[in-house]
Amino acid sequence: MFGFKKLFSGEAGSKNAAKERLRLVLIHDRASVSQETIESMKRELIDVISHYIEFDTNDLEFKMESKNEKVALIASIPIVSNKKSIKGA
Amino acid sequence: MSGKAIVITSGKGGVGKTTTTANLGAALALAGNTVVLLDADIGLRNLDVVMGLENRIVYDLVNVVEGVCTYNKALIKDKRIDGLYLLPAAQIKDKDAIKPEQMKALVENIKEEFDFVLIDCPAGIEQGFLNAIIGADEAIIIVTPEVSSVRDADRVVGLLDKKGNIPLENMHMVVNRIRMDMVRKKEMLDVSDIEDLLRINVLGVIPDDESVIVSTNKGEPIVLSSKNSVAQAFHDMAGRVLGEDIPFDEKPDRSFVSAVMRFFGLAQ
Ligand SMILES: Nc1ncnc2c1ncn2[C@@H]1O[C@H](COP(=O)(O)OP(=O)(O)OP(=O)(O)O)[C@@H](O)[C@H]1O
Ligand SMILES: [Mg+2]
Repeated sequence: MFGFKKLFSGEAGSKNAAKERLRLVLIHDRASVSQETIESMKRELIDVISHYIEFDTNDLEFKMESKNEKVALIASIPIVSNKKSIKGA
Repeated sequence: MSGKAIVITSGKGGVGKTTTTANLGAALALAGNTVVLLDADIGLRNLDVVMGLENRIVYDLVNVVEGVCTYNKALIKDKRIDGLYLLPAAQIKDKDAIKPEQMKALVENIKEEFDFVLIDCPAGIEQGFLNAIIGADEAIIIVTPEVSSVRDADRVVGLLDKKGNIPLENMHMVVNRIRMDMVRKKEMLDVSDIEDLLRINVLGVIPDDESVIVSTNKGEPIVLSSKNSVAQAFHDMAGRVLGEDIPFDEKPDRSFVSAVMRFFGLAQ
């Protein structure tokens, strides 16, 4: 099914993968921030934020994105909502 | 009079800098300009063999910089094309024999007397690269439709701006070794993909073709020996360097096989 869709949506072929990978690599290169740096930043941020709120560590998203010629670090931290309240409050 | 110095660079090795320097230079000379091809790839001299001028070298770039002779004395005149000259690199191990200021002064001097100085840059982003870009007014970045080449080209764009003081509008790219059969199958990045990623203007598109190897075997620039699509791509490139508005060929691949395939609906 997936293969069928790919074949007819014009997305077959490896060039889309190349372009997508390059887009991300160039963002990191231009900002001079490696994936490794982001990983360690992520660990520290998780540490800090977990002192205050409860969230699902598996759902975290950290990424670099290009917006209007500028590179931004985007973090998405979904807060666990069925827990009553903010820790320590 | 002051001519224009253009560095041909890429970051990644083996993508076609020397081939482009030789053929763009020859095409510019055939169009009536005086051109010096300056081989800045010290220790890995190659522009001389691509041009077929290897047996005529007496002095080289390092001799000139060290004051052993004037640059005029070191220039090798191409007897096939009026106005075309080569300043060969040295085959010494010490790649740092030349300082950036010396290179800059030399390029300034040559510009006084010639319309174009095309500088064939070594691969990499070390001292040899810095020497090659320091005297350039403009840059041509050679890129092949591959992830590693595009990535390296992007690094070079940043460095040309920071270390070479070459503004973005003076940077142009040439996409080399494109294969339209693969592009049609979406198995190869196309020119607009690369333009999207690098955001610099396109000066030329060169197909992947065995005539490039054949011409190197003979030591004859393709623009002299052939009238094929590769030769045309270099003439078009030269025209654009001279400020002409030359449209890009939409279908550089006009081989018989692909025409037949198109006819039978096997290819677009
Ligand atoms: N359009 C093309 N079609 C086929 N082969 C090509 C094409 N362009 C370059 N080549 C081949 O690729 C090889 C490398 O080309 P060239 O020496 O011009 O690259 P370069 O960037 O100068 O390399 P280096 O970084 O080692 O100086 C050569 O063997 C050349 O014949
Ligand atoms: Mg070379």
